[in-house]
Amino acid sequence: MSTDNTVHGAHTAHVAHHFKTAEQQYSSGKEGIWLFMLTEILMFGAIFVGYAIYHNMYPAMFAEGASSLDWKMGFVNTLVLIFSSFTMAISISFIQKNEQKKAVLALATTVLCGAIFMVIKYFEYQHKFHLGLFPGKFLDVAKVGAEHANLGLYFGFYYVMTGLHGIHVLLGMGLITWCLIRTIRGDFHSQYWIVVEGVGLFWHIVDLIWIFLFPLLYLVG
Amino acid sequence: MANTKAHGDNYINFEKGIWSWLTTVDHKRIGLMYFITVMFFFLIGGIMALLLRLELFAPNAAPNVGQILANGDVYNQVMTYHGAIMVFMVIVPGIPAILGNFFLPLQIGAKDVAFPRINLLSWYCFMAGAILAIATFFTTKIDTGWTFYTPYSIRTGTATAMMVLAAFIMGMSSILTGLNFIVTVHKLRAPGMTMHRMPLFIWSLYATAILQMLATPVLGITLLLLAVERFLGIGIFDPKLGGDPVLFQHFFWFYSHPAVYIMIIPAMGIISELITTFSKKVIFGYTAIAYSSLGIAAVSFFVWGHHMFVSGQSETTGIVFSFLTMLVGVPTAIKMFNWVATFYKGSVEFRSPMLYALGFMFLFAIGGVTGVMLATLPIDVHFHDTYFVVAHFHYVMVGGTLMALMGGYYYWFPKMFGKMYNETTARISFVFIFIGFNVTFFPQFILGAMGMPRRYFDYIPAYENLNKISTVGSWLILIGFLVGLYTIVQGLMKGEKAPMNPWGSKTLEWQTSSPPPHDNFSVEPVVTAGPYEYR
Ligand code: HEM
Ligand SMILES: [Cu+2]
Repeated sequence: MSTDNTVHGAHTAHVAHHFKTAEQQYSSGKEGIWLFMLTEILMFGAIFVGYAIYHNMYPAMFAEGASSLDWKMGFVNTLVLIFSSFTMAISISFIQKNEQKKAVLALATTVLCGAIFMVIKYFEYQHKFHLGLFPGKFLDVAKVGAEHANLGLYFGFYYVMTGLHGIHVLLGMGLITWCLIRTIRGDFHSQYWIVVEGVGLFWHIVDLIWIFLFPLLYLVG
Repeated sequence: MANTKAHGDNYINFEKGIWSWLTTVDHKRIGLMYFITVMFFFLIGGIMALLLRLELFAPNAAPNVGQILANGDVYNQVMTYHGAIMVFMVIVPGIPAILGNFFLPLQIGAKDVAFPRINLLSWYCFMAGAILAIATFFTTKIDTGWTFYTPYSIRTGTATAMMVLAAFIMGMSSILTGLNFIVTVHKLRAPGMTMHRMPLFIWSLYATAILQMLATPVLGITLLLLAVERFLGIGIFDPKLGGDPVLFQHFFWFYSHPAVYIMIIPAMGIISELITTFSKKVIFGYTAIAYSSLGIAAVSFFVWGHHMFVSGQSETTGIVFSFLTMLVGVPTAIKMFNWVATFYKGSVEFRSPMLYALGFMFLFAIGGVTGVMLATLPIDVHFHDTYFVVAHFHYVMVGGTLMALMGGYYYWFPKMFGKMYNETTARISFVFIFIGFNVTFFPQFILGAMGMPRRYFDYIPAYENLNKISTVGSWLILIGFLVGLYTIVQGLMKGEKAPMNPWGSKTLEWQTSSPPPHDNFSVEPVVTAGPYEYR
């Protein structure tokens, strides 16, 4: 293992022992992340299929459910996430140019956007709870009226889909914060940024899923 | 480096202490940890199986021996644990996680898998899921069968939600393993190791990894929805609330049919290795075998409806699924014929791994042919949910996967532990398992054809004799595995030191010391020829 940690040769400190070169490590990491994203898409894909089937079966219920959502809040959240995808992307190009300060700023903005998203989501949930619009059997029929008693199914989908997405947003925020700390520590630079790129990809997928969720839940009805 | 002196010369003694194992990122050690855990669960699942067969030894009306388990509910629970443990905790992780982890990097000349820490994480996911699954046993237990069919699984008062969450977590472990393998195969092959020089075991793991990655997320979300349905009563799968229980079956089999190939494709890979090694001859039709793995993987995504012929799906759907299912037989048969052709003019040596390979071919042929029978729509309407199906899937899962796993253990035992096992006891073990298996499961084809339904804890007297034979068979299998366990323990304790390449194999894992060093190869191998250049 004499080549480890030596400056000459391709084996530098950030290349793990089982890789030969930095490129090999980079391209492996990248492929791994893309494959992982594929599984995320498949997982959400299955719920989308469920959504499509039930939308087809009960179009009136879905229209009614969608009309009780506030599309303006959803729209603001869409903008927030798109913007955060942008700040995430530029943080990587800053790191590649060794402009760590700007990168930190961009990452912090991204986390902030995630937080804004969650706060808006919180108020939306709060509002729904207030109206008695709970999922499934918890739907408050006394409040929503007997003629809307079947809304539980729609809100079941709503909470499962946005809830699962919300968990991903929280996870993403955690991961980005971790990248932020490591950027401050100086772990990432023009030779090594795959971790940030991976987390960034995750964040883009989370945004992408929202871009599908928003029209499906709020607009199609 | 200075501290390398303190380390031993192979992966087992490289570092010492339990902590060095629990935190290891060495693929070989992780493979061994899977080995120990999976074998433990196999023991539990096996005890359950023996109990089930004991209960079915005689109809309940028979005096004295009639009823062993307290009642039908207990039978359902034991049946569910047996199935769920054997599927999710033994057969699915079995070959990829144990032998795959250990030998994939070795066979392609790499130092490790692409993501060693994720590899360790996948073991912890597996353990977390497995412990959660076993923990349900100490709550209200589960009684849905391993298939968790709705609406029963929504309404039963047992710990279904906990169990499906456990399966969800184990699914993550499976996804991570698959992901790791795909990237490793793509990126970490040694110089000269082109895709077409990879051993066939690697091709099979590669095809399996694709299935694990593509199918498991769908199972994950299905199980999650089932748990949510239980907590919130949304009405996705519950017809009482406007849901569709058949949708659950679609989702479930969309994963679980490919999952049966997750179980069998790596087994086929092992068989390819065994047959060429012990025939001392280059395998016949390397490319055909390699690509038929991918072919099986691809077709397996379009056949799930064959589990639902009587579920109320439309007749046209049924006919289409029937034809598509028969297509799976084609790549499967391609493998079979190529293996048989490999024997031709080979110098076949009947070592115990080879015995298992032959056992595999025999049993898997029966399992496959009865599978095609079941795929024939009108026949399946008759056989569905009878013991015929039980016999079919045991012939493929046990006769196929488990036989290959055992053959693989013996084959690679010298490499993994640096010791030889006792050939005689290994052969005795095989004979008991092989005969016991047929005695246990062949009568079940007949029982199924006679109309005995599966998953019942009692039966009419007309089925008694065949059930007795079947139960006796399960004792023969038990003896076989006990002898096998003895062989392994005896080999570990007292076995002679294994040479580097006891079988004269050509693949890379045999070109390093037994057991391999921490970094797999002292010098990085450079590959200049295919994997089976015997003659
Ligand atoms: C030639 C290949 C195969 C064909 C054509 C085939 C066909 C079928 C069909 C049509 C059924 C449904 C029977 C019914 O429920 O009425 C079935 C059930 C089953 N098969 Fe196969 N099969 C094949 C290979 C395999 C393999 C390789 C495995 C596992 C390693 C397997 C495991 C199972 C299991 C577990 C079931 C029962 C599932 C349940 O209801 O619990 N099969 N097979
Ligand atoms: Cu199937």
